[in-house]
Amino acid sequence: MNTPLNSSSVSRPPGLISRLGNFIDRTFQYWTIAPLVITLLLLMAYPSLQLLRMSVSEVDIVKGHAVWEFVGLKHLETALQDPVVPVALRNTLVFVIAVVIIETLLALTISILVSRSHHLVGLYRTVLLIPLLVPPIAIGTMWRLMYDYNYGFINQALAVFGIPGPTWTADPKLAMPSIILVDLWHWTSFMFLIILAGLESLPQELNEAARVDGATESQIFRYITLPLLRPTLVTAVMLRTIFAFKVFDEIFLLTGGGPGTATEVISLYIYDVFSGQFRLGYASFLALGLAVIISVFVIFYRRLGRRTQI
Amino acid sequence: MKRFSAEPIFRHAFLMLVVIFTLVPIFFTLMTSLKLFRDIISGSLAFTPTLVNYQRLFDPSQSNFLRLTWNSLVVAAGTMVIVLVIANLAAYSLSRFPWRPLWSGLLLGTILFIHMLPPVTFLGPFYLIARAFNIYDTVLAVIMGHIILNLPTATWILLDFFAGIPKELEEAAMVDGANRFQALTQVLLPIIQPGIAAAGALAFIFSWRDFLFALSLTSTPRGMTIPVGISSFVQEYSIRYGEMAAGAFFAMIPALLMVAFAQRYIIKGLTLGALKG
Repeated sequence: MNTPLNSSSVSRPPGLISRLGNFIDRTFQYWTIAPLVITLLLLMAYPSLQLLRMSVSEVDIVKGHAVWEFVGLKHLETALQDPVVPVALRNTLVFVIAVVIIETLLALTISILVSRSHHLVGLYRTVLLIPLLVPPIAIGTMWRLMYDYNYGFINQALAVFGIPGPTWTADPKLAMPSIILVDLWHWTSFMFLIILAGLESLPQELNEAARVDGATESQIFRYITLPLLRPTLVTAVMLRTIFAFKVFDEIFLLTGGGPGTATEVISLYIYDVFSGQFRLGYASFLALGLAVIISVFVIFYRRLGRRTQI
Repeated sequence: MKRFSAEPIFRHAFLMLVVIFTLVPIFFTLMTSLKLFRDIISGSLAFTPTLVNYQRLFDPSQSNFLRLTWNSLVVAAGTMVIVLVIANLAAYSLSRFPWRPLWSGLLLGTILFIHMLPPVTFLGPFYLIARAFNIYDTVLAVIMGHIILNLPTATWILLDFFAGIPKELEEAAMVDGANRFQALTQVLLPIIQPGIAAAGALAFIFSWRDFLFALSLTSTPRGMTIPVGISSFVQEYSIRYGEMAAGAFFAMIPALLMVAFAQRYIIKGLTLGALKG
């Protein structure tokens, strides 16, 4: 930057261009936020209104154009009588509760062990980052290969010990646990990264002072680390709960919701109503319901976050 | 003075188990992708590696994977550029100017809300928008979905970086005669390059990963991306393990490259994105 910027504007009387320049400069605050605002209006506000409108309408695509028909609360009646809705809600709840509890405990254990280590920390961190970046469809495909009845890794490994392997994702009892195991593979890392970041930001002096006073490691953990880590844990658990409702890709690929409705979760059912049955209005009504559930969680989470911040 | 303790051995043994659990599916997939069908069936570890599965996958006369790869690249790169422009300008505006809390709170609250909502809630409206603008089954429709998917994290990362730059730097440039646009592009943006790299890398990878938007906004190889291709392949030919594995492993390559080369930025971006709000 060795050329003086804008040097000629001082001597000459302000022309149209420089006046325009000045105007843009004074209102730069608004020009720079405009793309975000426009994007949010087009891709968030407008779709939200559409979702509301769709959830009280029947929508059909005729020759590439949407044809609307107002039906009021018909979709609410449909939902209340739809036998799949309670099943999908129950499955989603089972899935969410199971993965959040197991992943929290697992990630807490792993991050405490890593935070105590001086060697190999880089390796642990690197390897555990991989599942978060890999496409979920690739994760589903990998585990489909792992779970394959005849040639999958798991059953071949079991065969070495003479144990006949089950059909995993095709077994009504094992399908949900199989899905949960895949989710552990995918998401434990997320909790691990958050909890480890929390652990690393804790002051070390307290631990040392306690150690000097003769506290054991488990006492230090119970009475110092855990209370200090509480806000991080609360955040991690809330976030993971909210994100767990998004689960779709892996279940779509591994079981498609089956066998029967054993792994039919709410996202999957909405997609099926939307794409398989092509009932846009009803799918939107269900999506709105899901959005309301999530909103309650988000508001709850914000409240909780505010209280635990200081 | 320290007594011998077995604790480190158990600690590292447990962590190594976690590492092995994480790597086994990837390793097994890579191995399967390098095997002939008879080697997959025999399950033996001794086999001659072959690239025939990858060749079949990328042979345009046998599969459309090459076209899908191109689409995926266009979508991911397009999403990355658009998201970076929007997020950079917005983060600049929000961090440099005295916005009233009402407005900045509304914007950041909306962004947080988008981040939390399951993508499946956007399907219906986005489908109608894509139909109305006649972009259904094109990469444009998928990019539209991915912009909304990636805006929150990118904005948070860049806000964090902008907040770390003292206001004096920009003011000094303006005293020297630069206007605000020049101060932004010539002074601020070069400083936050690491932030741009982190936000860009994450936007690229999360666009590359996405399945649901691409699945619901496309129907033919005209607009389909790799994940959609893999899923239809898996469901059509559930027996062609070698090509399934090759497709899955190929789709993981950008992720593995990022882990190898941009790890620090990505960890920061991921945890930051998670802890905002």
